[in-house]
Amino acid sequence: MFRYILRRLLQMVLAFFGTTLIVYALMFAGQGDPIQALAGERPVTAAQRAYLTEKYHLDATGVGGFFYRYFDYVKSLLQGDLGQSLTGRQIGDILQAAWPVTVKLALIALAVAIIFGVTAGVVAGIRRASIFDNSTLVLTLLVLGIPTIVLAPLAQYLLGVKWQLFPPTAGSQPTFYALLLPGIVLGSLSLATALRLTRTSVAENLRADYVRTARSKGLVKRRIVTVHVLRNSLIPVVTFLGVELGNLMSGAIITEGVFNIPGVGFNLFRGIRTEDGPLVVGIVSVLVVVYLVSNLVVDVLYAVLDPRIRYE
Amino acid sequence: MRVRRLAAWTALPLAVTLGLAACGSGGDGGSGGSTSSAVSIQIGEPKHLVPTNTAETNGAQVLAGLFTPLVDYDAQNKPFEVAAQSVTSSDNKVWTIKLKDGYTFHNGEKVTAEDYINAWNYGAYAPNGQDSSFFFEKIAGYADLQGEKPKAKEMSGLKKVDDLTFTVTLSDPYIDFRTMLGYNAYLPMPDAAFSAPGVLKDSYEQAPIGQGPFKMKGTWQHDSKINVERYDAYPGEKPKVKEIEFRIYQQLTAAYADVLADNLDVLPILPTESLSSAPTDLGDRYKTSPMSSFQFLAFPTFDKNFANPDVRKAISMAIDRDEITKSVFKGSQTPARSFVSPVLPGYRENTTGKAGEFNPTEAKKLYQAAGGPSKILISYNGDGGHKDWVDATVNQLKANLGVDAVGVAEPKFADLLTKVKAKQPVGAFRLGWVMDYPSMEDYLGPLYSTNGSSNYYGYSNPEFDKLVKEGSAAKTQAEAIAKYQQAEDILAKDMPTIPLRFGQNVFGHSTKVKNVEMDLFQRVNLIKIEAAS
Repeated sequence: MFRYILRRLLQMVLAFFGTTLIVYALMFAGQGDPIQALAGERPVTAAQRAYLTEKYHLDATGVGGFFYRYFDYVKSLLQGDLGQSLTGRQIGDILQAAWPVTVKLALIALAVAIIFGVTAGVVAGIRRASIFDNSTLVLTLLVLGIPTIVLAPLAQYLLGVKWQLFPPTAGSQPTFYALLLPGIVLGSLSLATALRLTRTSVAENLRADYVRTARSKGLVKRRIVTVHVLRNSLIPVVTFLGVELGNLMSGAIITEGVFNIPGVGFNLFRGIRTEDGPLVVGIVSVLVVVYLVSNLVVDVLYAVLDPRIRYE
Repeated sequence: MRVRRLAAWTALPLAVTLGLAACGSGGDGGSGGSTSSAVSIQIGEPKHLVPTNTAETNGAQVLAGLFTPLVDYDAQNKPFEVAAQSVTSSDNKVWTIKLKDGYTFHNGEKVTAEDYINAWNYGAYAPNGQDSSFFFEKIAGYADLQGEKPKAKEMSGLKKVDDLTFTVTLSDPYIDFRTMLGYNAYLPMPDAAFSAPGVLKDSYEQAPIGQGPFKMKGTWQHDSKINVERYDAYPGEKPKVKEIEFRIYQQLTAAYADVLADNLDVLPILPTESLSSAPTDLGDRYKTSPMSSFQFLAFPTFDKNFANPDVRKAISMAIDRDEITKSVFKGSQTPARSFVSPVLPGYRENTTGKAGEFNPTEAKKLYQAAGGPSKILISYNGDGGHKDWVDATVNQLKANLGVDAVGVAEPKFADLLTKVKAKQPVGAFRLGWVMDYPSMEDYLGPLYSTNGSSNYYGYSNPEFDKLVKEGSAAKTQAEAIAKYQQAEDILAKDMPTIPLRFGQNVFGHSTKVKNVEMDLFQRVNLIKIEAAS
């Protein structure tokens, strides 16, 4: 197990450099005139142009200039310095402020997906073809079919503005209650997928030989389901939720925007919109690490769930 | 054993969630509605909060609370003194600015002439990279502060007379200098802002110290909010509210939902998506007021297709401005038939004359006679919500001129400018303008004079340049306006651009506030706003 983790960590280093290089190249290759973008629709004076060019190393051009900037960037990155955004703020500070709220939101979403998705999935799996099963099928299809960009404003309007059950936006230091609605909206998509996965998996395992054996042994149904079936059925669900956690940590651009939550996705979106190259690359570099780690955790979790899986 | 371990794995995320959530509720609960005393106003995250580096509305809104300008504008948009006792000049070249006694910075420092001189020199010094540095270019000695290694650190045109008086010498006489002083580049900064002469403290921007009606409460909480509270030692007109929270939103739609739920008090710009439903949603809390923005179509002079003024006039006549402002903008903007905004002293209606009137038959006749191109491109930046009206304009041109017309979206305004500078065939392109101070010169100079800072299309007419220059150097306002109006008449003849629309403030507020007013610069009047009891 230890050797496996070590090997994975070494691979992560390579993956990290590869992805940051690609992101860095893409972000700065597609950029028109970053200085004009900075100034918006206002004219840029020559003095200002000179100042910004020097500050952001925009003087060296071509491939040489690119690698010069990239290595410069990686060097400070390894020293834990994510650099400055184009508006002059430390990206480290931005992320420090953004992360807690995104993590809270992600965990609420994940909790919603686990509590409702897995439970309903198990029930639907046991009572196949029942009214409950069919109605969850329709509901999940509906949720999967509606994109967040529709679902989030709709939920905000109905539950936040019209019936005033929840505050319509969360803000930067939200209460648990204020985050609940965005969390549910964000979690609803994973909820639907988790539900479908659990249902199929439970339904399949209920027909397995070991369940028949357990039943013929005279075990009560509840014990068969909770101990034998559930444990085996959760493997694909855990895979999915693990990857999903990585996704959710990277911030939900749409949900955070609609509910005005200044998290990671909110900042990433602003970075993209204002062509703030350093900010985008900085956030993505950190996200790469988050993804790599969450994938590793999922793989290690397999071994916990299924003793047949062994890592050498 | 194993079962229990499994349970632990699933329980873990839940426990963490609840734990974190518990931490969250320990905060000040900023989201759960504004506290009873603070009035909340929507802004976007400001770029900077240093007066000479704030050239966008969000920062300007906050600065309007923290600082008091030398002059402000009355209902007719004429300047009157606020922080200044008097701003006078006998020749419009050497200006004497006397400050009112009694103003103090929020840290207790007395406001002196030096605080203005230091701040302005800091703003003009090129290596500081200040966004508004070009506002000082009319002051004598500005050129010495430019370049990578400037010759001087201080403008020779600024001279202290005594603690409350200083003189400003301009390189050329400029009649509107007094009007200009209302812009936020001309605010003072206290000694406490500088760590050494000419070096601004990094921390200053996080909690700017001004001399205005409000002082910072805490620091700038990036992406979240900026809180200010009433400054009791302020000698001017006292604000009616104790505290204001500038709440930062990334999306206007989110802020709009908050206004509807009484969770946010003032939304200075309503989102385009909600314009049609807003009057019913908000009722009498839906408001409009005049604003200075001006939208127009420009024709690059390098494109020979549009070289004949009659072609441009024909295109102008083929556009039904009333229809577009009604159907696309739901009346939130008004049709423009002049080259300067109606908010200005010296504005005249319909200076474009016949060319501004919608007349499809005349337009087609004129267009064909002038030999206009068979295909018209209209370029715009795709990130600014311009698609709808460009599409509508293109359709009108197709129908009324019998030509092929296409709207071309460039991703960003910067991309559009790059193409124009490279003389690529962009066709006509959209531009907008918001004034910095209420003077006709602020439209005519930058947009149409040969060396104008925003004259991207290359219009040049020596006679026009001469008239604008004479206007700036005039002895009296009346004389200046007469010259400016003559210059505008030349524009009407040449039609280098087609005026399309003037903007308005379209804003809304919650049921918890009253007397919400907005100025020409899209800023909420922080003195007049009151809590509704």
